[in-house]
Amino acid sequence: MSAPESLPLDLDALYRDSNVHAALEALDRDLVGLAPVKTRVREIAALLLVEKLRRSVGLQAEAPPLHMSFTGNPGTGKTTVAMKMASILHGLGYVRKGHLVAVTRDDLVGQYIGHTAPKTKEVLKRAMGGVLFIDEAYYLYRPENERDYGQEAIEILLQVMENQREDLVVILAGYKDRMARFFASNPGMASRIAHHIDFPDYSEEELFAIAGLMLERMQYRLSEDAAPALREYIAHRRAQPHFANARSVRNALDRARLRQANRLFERRGAPFAARELATIEAADIRASRVFRGGAGEGS
Amino acid sequence: MRLTQGAFSFLPDLTDAQIRAQIEYCLRMGWAVSVEYTDDPHPRNTYWEMFGMPMFDLKDAAGAMAELDACRKTFPNHYIKVNAFDSSHGWESLRLSFLVQRPKDEPGFELMRAEADGRNLRYTTRAYATTRPEGKRY
Repeated sequence: MSAPESLPLDLDALYRDSNVHAALEALDRDLVGLAPVKTRVREIAALLLVEKLRRSVGLQAEAPPLHMSFTGNPGTGKTTVAMKMASILHGLGYVRKGHLVAVTRDDLVGQYIGHTAPKTKEVLKRAMGGVLFIDEAYYLYRPENERDYGQEAIEILLQVMENQREDLVVILAGYKDRMARFFASNPGMASRIAHHIDFPDYSEEELFAIAGLMLERMQYRLSEDAAPALREYIAHRRAQPHFANARSVRNALDRARLRQANRLFERRGAPFAARELATIEAADIRASRVFRGGAGEGS
Repeated sequence: MRLTQGAFSFLPDLTDAQIRAQIEYCLRMGWAVSVEYTDDPHPRNTYWEMFGMPMFDLKDAAGAMAELDACRKTFPNHYIKVNAFDSSHGWESLRLSFLVQRPKDEPGFELMRAEADGRNLRYTTRAYATTRPEGKRY
């Protein structure tokens, strides 16, 4: 038996030393709900830490493939988690630089023959050392047009995902059902993605907590009767079409700020306290069209 | 005759790890890296062929190394150099350029003499390789 096998190993020290600690805490603090996502991110972090420790004692440790697919409705935090994922992977030394390159079909697929390969390769080169986030990845594959250049981009992606695993991590994101169809028609892609993470919709309670976090960050607060108004707003808005979870909440808050500013401006003759600049009243929220049965988004 | 052009050319040829470290340095300085090749190594030939576009917005040397490997595969017996371009105001020019591949056999340069008026001698150099047409030189 060699000596290292009996030595006590300090996984905790490794955990504290890597900045993954801070990244995981930020994930918990900044993101409301998303329990399955957080569990999965923790599992991945644990796996990488153990791999690192295995390597330090000379056990075989092959970098696990970490390409992921994030599925979920709009506004469920896919991009935000991808950004955090980049910093976690960087903290664990899995990617060298830890930047996130977010692209869509337009950035990868060209418009004429011979245009796609250089375009895709350039994006891949920029993403190396970090994370490539492909939003609405299912648009890459258009079965209705057999001469679509998307297939070419997929093939180049697959090649790099397989051969240069240590250089970049690819995250595909999109609606659940359409991603499922995308993977069904691209089995090569499905088999190279190790982690399929599903982002659940937020409950009303979680959306309210998200609104609280957003307001805190923007340095606003809700007046006493504005809080129930916002809860009511969220309940109404959720039932309406084109509801985009946290994004809809953000838009609603932005419009409430607009109304608050307008309200203060209307009575500019009278003096008011500094506290009022940071307070959103119930009226600012109740003026929304959502309460009159109209859609909340748009002008 | 071993061609000496650009930085590091009096050192032994750089290994891939050393090339990668140099590119990392360039990226850290915010320079755009590009790969160029030629089979006309005359010192006054400043226009080498570009292998792809200069790579702006790179964060990691892996991207440039992949490009370099592709260039080596396409032109296994050409001269290849890596350039680093500084786009910041006042520089707007190359900051670093070094050879990363040379042909196996480098025949070198011929010194040519031409008699001018009054039996004056004018000198020029010519790469032996350039007697053959482009693409068939090394």
